[in-house]
Amino acid sequence: MRILTVCGMGFGTSLMLLMTMKEIGKRYGVAIEGEAVDLGSYKGKPCDLIAASGEIAKQIQTEVPVLAIKNLLNKADIEEQLKPYLEKRDG
Amino acid sequence: MNITRNSTLRKLLTREVVRLGVEGLRTPQEVIAYGGGLLKEAGKVNEQYIDDMISAYETLGPYIVMAPGLAMPHARPGGNVMENAVSFLQLKTPVEFQHSSNDPVKVVITLAGSSDNGHIELLQDLSSFLGEEGIIEQLSLVTSYEELIKMI
Repeated sequence: MRILTVCGMGFGTSLMLLMTMKEIGKRYGVAIEGEAVDLGSYKGKPCDLIAASGEIAKQIQTEVPVLAIKNLLNKADIEEQLKPYLEKRDG
Repeated sequence: MNITRNSTLRKLLTREVVRLGVEGLRTPQEVIAYGGGLLKEAGKVNEQYIDDMISAYETLGPYIVMAPGLAMPHARPGGNVMENAVSFLQLKTPVEFQHSSNDPVKVVITLAGSSDNGHIELLQDLSSFLGEEGIIEQLSLVTSYEELIKMI
């Protein structure tokens, strides 16, 4: 599955979020590919899902589901939000 | 304890880039300038990098407040970062960053990556260290450099 993580610069926050999501995907047996990008460049990039901090997510306009993460360091919380998509993938 | 755990972070967090119980900072801009100032004094970044972090906060908003109580200011390298670096501030008086759920900020970890992917190990360490339950609260109460390093 392909995930775009978005932050203001595509350099810090979004990279950390992408690493966490890959880690979670691995535990569910789902290979997550993805890219960390900035707010100016997420548009037009194909993906199944976009994830960003709540503050950034508000500004994202897209057709795919957007996960708004309040606490970017809370892995349990991120897993909770990502889980439905990983499981859907499975079945 | 596994001594190789979070070794990149441990190596970068030298005494000169750590300040505990910092007083007198009132605005996010002052906080970012202080955290970035430690990196500049250590020869890791130039003045432009500090300005870039402040303008990133002003234009992109407070999303650098990644978790309750924790801000991680950073900017793109832009040729202003000599080497990967990180500084640590514990604020005596918490500062409001105007974040919708994670204010006020008590702990500030200022980041600088020298290239687009060269700081991945550092981010991995930070993510593993800061992902531990209750860690921000503990960091906001730590009283010595030694105690901080032991926690990493």
